[in-house]
Amino acid sequence: MKGKALTVLLAATVVLFVAGREPARGRPSANDGPAPGTAVVKGIAKFEGSRPAPTHINMNADPSCAKLHPGGLVSEDVLASPEGGLQNVVVFVSEGLGDRTFDPPPQPVTMEQKGCVYAPHIVSLRANQELDIVNNDATTHNIHPAPSNNREWNKAQAPGTRVDATFAREEIAIPLKCNIHPWMRSYIAVFKHPFFAVTDKAGNFELKNLPPGDYTIEAWHEKLGKSIQKISVSAGGTKELEFVFKSTAGH
Amino acid sequence: MHSRKSILWMFLAAALLALPSSAMAQKVEGHVGKLNGHVDAGKQLYFRYCWGCHGFRGDGNGENAPYLNILPRNFVSATFKCRSTPTGTLPTDEDVFNAITRGFYTTYMPSWTALTHQQRADLVVFIKTLSTRWTKEKAGEPVKVPAEPALTTDGIKRGKELFAKLECWKCHGQEGRGDGPSAATLTDSNDQPIRPYNFAAGTRFKCGETNQDLYKIFMTGLDGTPMPSYGEQIKPEEAWDLVHYLRTLQVTHNSAELALWQGTKEGAEIVKAAKITGTPTGSGIKQ
Ligand SMILES: [Cu+2]
Repeated sequence: MKGKALTVLLAATVVLFVAGREPARGRPSANDGPAPGTAVVKGIAKFEGSRPAPTHINMNADPSCAKLHPGGLVSEDVLASPEGGLQNVVVFVSEGLGDRTFDPPPQPVTMEQKGCVYAPHIVSLRANQELDIVNNDATTHNIHPAPSNNREWNKAQAPGTRVDATFAREEIAIPLKCNIHPWMRSYIAVFKHPFFAVTDKAGNFELKNLPPGDYTIEAWHEKLGKSIQKISVSAGGTKELEFVFKSTAGH
Repeated sequence: MHSRKSILWMFLAAALLALPSSAMAQKVEGHVGKLNGHVDAGKQLYFRYCWGCHGFRGDGNGENAPYLNILPRNFVSATFKCRSTPTGTLPTDEDVFNAITRGFYTTYMPSWTALTHQQRADLVVFIKTLSTRWTKEKAGEPVKVPAEPALTTDGIKRGKELFAKLECWKCHGQEGRGDGPSAATLTDSNDQPIRPYNFAAGTRFKCGETNQDLYKIFMTGLDGTPMPSYGEQIKPEEAWDLVHYLRTLQVTHNSAELALWQGTKEGAEIVKAAKITGTPTGSGIKQ
């Protein structure tokens, strides 16, 4: 984490404003178009520059893990597509919602341990939303979050059992580790509002149903740091953003 | 020499005026048995005996801290190893009192039995003013410790199976020497290397000497260290079996458990082998 050889630079900001777009009709939901009178912020996170050499994970400490990865495994620190799309960037509204409050959804978010790796690598959820942690390995793990704004705890998890957790306060992001398997490391991003996304394999993200207003949008990457952009959105609008994370590795 | 001392006193006086805010101090109380802790008395004691290591703000960054390889407790983050309460919760006042009383074996934290019970209770309250957690959260509900069942060979054998099944050996080693395959990579929450407890060396437990204390360690976990809580994973009777087995791993420490185990053929062979192999301070790991 510390002493990172990479720094982040916010490069070009491409802001396209598509005015007067017809709002989608019907009940808003996560998979629907935007709710009437709201805006969409979408775009891409990109990685530029020389790529860090992939870090091979040494699973010798636990043969039961190693045998599930006959071809070996590299760490998920920096995952960029051939086109430069950067995966696992957390994009979210960091300012501009005022004192609006949002109830957490009742359905839990699931995180799986399989092959002694966390899936997904970045968990994003709401404050006080339940996180179901599943152990589908034949080995015991321990679930050990290291928060700075939430409680630290540490629970053993035998094969086939579940650990349920909630985090009370917003924190981007809580490092999660397993002490038994030191390569197991992921992050849990906890939000007090629903306007967040984690970029997919191509680096794409989309924030829906944003009330019209002025916002700060932040993009956070576990190794490459963070960058912010300030935007305004109006009802029915779509704003496109590009976040560029630059590598200075190998200079 | 003299001037240095007076500068120190001036600094101390400034410290006493500056920290902590009395408004915050008033919200926090501390009770240990019949004793009521007093914040102001605790503050005086803290800035006499504790701040050199635990720091001016209680963040564990005292002037001695850079010289300590196990960092002093950070009272601001308020994560405590030895608790009677579940993982992630604040300890009880008694837990903090007991920690001050007992000290932390293998660290620089001495036993403070030279202070009176009242003084230790005063320190407990003052320590609670150093983190806002104590005003926002209540101490956890202490984990219930059911009566210890009678010691039996079968119980020890069940405990031995659990030690394998729960994979305690991944860190503590097959013989409990603290040399399991994951031992070398362990770090605490300050990213400092930390060694798993070596049962064979027979050193004192950090969180108390009794079987009840040992029971609590794996039902609550040692927060801030790699030792997790098994509270949701094992039943009370299983935890007792494990306690009885772990005592037999302390081959240099006479106990009823060790005596019973050595009285069996299987146990005698295992204990004999454990005493011969390795050194009492552990094998693979540098001290
Ligand atoms: Cu693990």
